[in-house]
Amino acid sequence: MQVPILKQGSYLIASIQSALTDADLVQLRESLVEQVGRYRSRGVIVDVTALDVMDSFASRILRDIATMIKLRGAETVIVGIDPDVALAMVRLGLNLEGVATSLDLEEGLAFLDMRTKNERRR
Amino acid sequence: MTDPGRPVDVRVPVQSDVDIVAARQKGRALATRLGFSSSDATIVATAISELARNIVLYAKRGEIALTATSNGEHRGLIIVACDEGEGIPDLRQAMQDGYSTCGRMGVGLPGVKRLMDDFEISSVVGKGTVVTVKKWGR
Repeated sequence: MQVPILKQGSYLIASIQSALTDADLVQLRESLVEQVGRYRSRGVIVDVTALDVMDSFASRILRDIATMIKLRGAETVIVGIDPDVALAMVRLGLNLEGVATSLDLEEGLAFLDMRTKNERRR
Repeated sequence: MTDPGRPVDVRVPVQSDVDIVAARQKGRALATRLGFSSSDATIVATAISELARNIVLYAKRGEIALTATSNGEHRGLIIVACDEGEGIPDLRQAMQDGYSTCGRMGVGLPGVKRLMDDFEISSVVGKGTVVTVKKWGR
């Protein structure tokens, strides 16, 4: 299942709708890295609210996304990690170190606005 | 291990990333039916995801078997991940945090052990690996 990516102003919003296979996650990474250039986006939000499980592979891909988007000159924030998923991640030993996270979409947008406030919004 | 006579409730063949998702979703569904809290059901699904991915990465194919159990006081879920892959030559090393032969993040087996209440592993080089884990409802 492909993740829809919405262009909103100078941001891209990837809203995960269901459980994702490894191939879906890799596809998401490729799409975001490509589209951030095509649309000259300043920021990327990945909404994981509907993701059933955050295992080591999903965590690695999210870290890859954040790092690659940074290398492309934009900011990434992961939003919507629910309490159950957060607990399982901590037990498993995953921490998304170095990746910005916000509670939900609203907070994620506010975070990106702050991080890119000196930039011209399109 | 638990009573060997107990029938397995769900068997999921695992050989691709699609099967990883199927296995963890069936695990979550069974955990929920057994009355597990949503956080324990998520922990079960996460552990299954890791175990199933190990099968795909290291053994190419195998199976996840899910069995409901009870200790009189609590209901529990037994997850058996088995494969007929190369086996693990050094189990002690495989159980160390950060160890991975695949250059992955290496949370692997120690991470799964932390998620579960019981953890057993046996592996024979050239024959395969069986990981048996248990989670009790609260």
